[in-house]
Amino acid sequence: MSSLTLVRQILARPSTVFDLLSTAEGLTSWWGPDDFPVLSAEADVRVGGRYRVRFRTIDGEEHECSGEFLEVEPPVRIAMSWEWTSGGVPEERGAVSRLELRVRATDTGSELTLVHAELHNRASKLSHRRGWGGALDKFRARMSVEPKRRTMTTDFDVTETGDARG
Amino acid sequence: MANHGVSALDRAFAALSDPTRRAMLVRLEEEDELTVSDLGRPLTIKLPTVLKHLDVLSAAGLVSRVKHGRTVKVRLAPDPLKAAMDWLNRYERFWTLGLDRLVEIAEAKEREVREREARAAVAPEGDA
Repeated sequence: MSSLTLVRQILARPSTVFDLLSTAEGLTSWWGPDDFPVLSAEADVRVGGRYRVRFRTIDGEEHECSGEFLEVEPPVRIAMSWEWTSGGVPEERGAVSRLELRVRATDTGSELTLVHAELHNRASKLSHRRGWGGALDKFRARMSVEPKRRTMTTDFDVTETGDARG
Repeated sequence: MANHGVSALDRAFAALSDPTRRAMLVRLEEEDELTVSDLGRPLTIKLPTVLKHLDVLSAAGLVSRVKHGRTVKVRLAPDPLKAAMDWLNRYERFWTLGLDRLVEIAEAKEREVREREARAAVAPEGDA
């Protein structure tokens, strides 16, 4: 399994950032992989409450992901389970991953850390099975220059799932 | 979301599993084009071993070999690697644009709040 971590520096106080993470209206305003709009969003923000976000991508396909809030700690942390209920990433169908968003106060506002963990995609399994690590990161670092306010890391967890043998 | 050929991806990952081959790729990325013997020199391995590794890398489509008279020059062909990265980076793409929008929206909201606070500070008893 693998995880993805993205960090953003934001010129806004943590409560402003947290509102965008923890309300249906907030999530609707930014969620999704391109400029296409979120079609609908529901969020019952409490531990055990559920959320559902439906959106359309640039190719015209509709996708929906949903899950349950696992941790709600305003304004510093929100964690939820993640599952594609329609569309999405084919090899992840039926798999549950974990999304965690952390907000930390800084001198200039907030630092937002997004961790999408327990991903089951095939490439991460393959790379782990083949014992292949740093080369990918090195190539990626050279091929895409990230602006300073944005950082990104990908981790390959040591825990393995079912069909991936060493 | 595009589906790349799995066997090509398998070959690329298999080729990348070896540290010597990774070192060769990293050098090719830096040097653009190298002869086979130049490629082998810093690795202190014999020419037949270099050629064996190159066979694996070309079978995976990661390098291409061009003959110039009696010398063979090796170049990086990064397409399969890029395909592997695209696959791995789906979630990165998914979140990157979303988070950029989130930053813009949060900062716009913050500016509104600060303007309101500034107005309130100027006229604390005001009727605004």
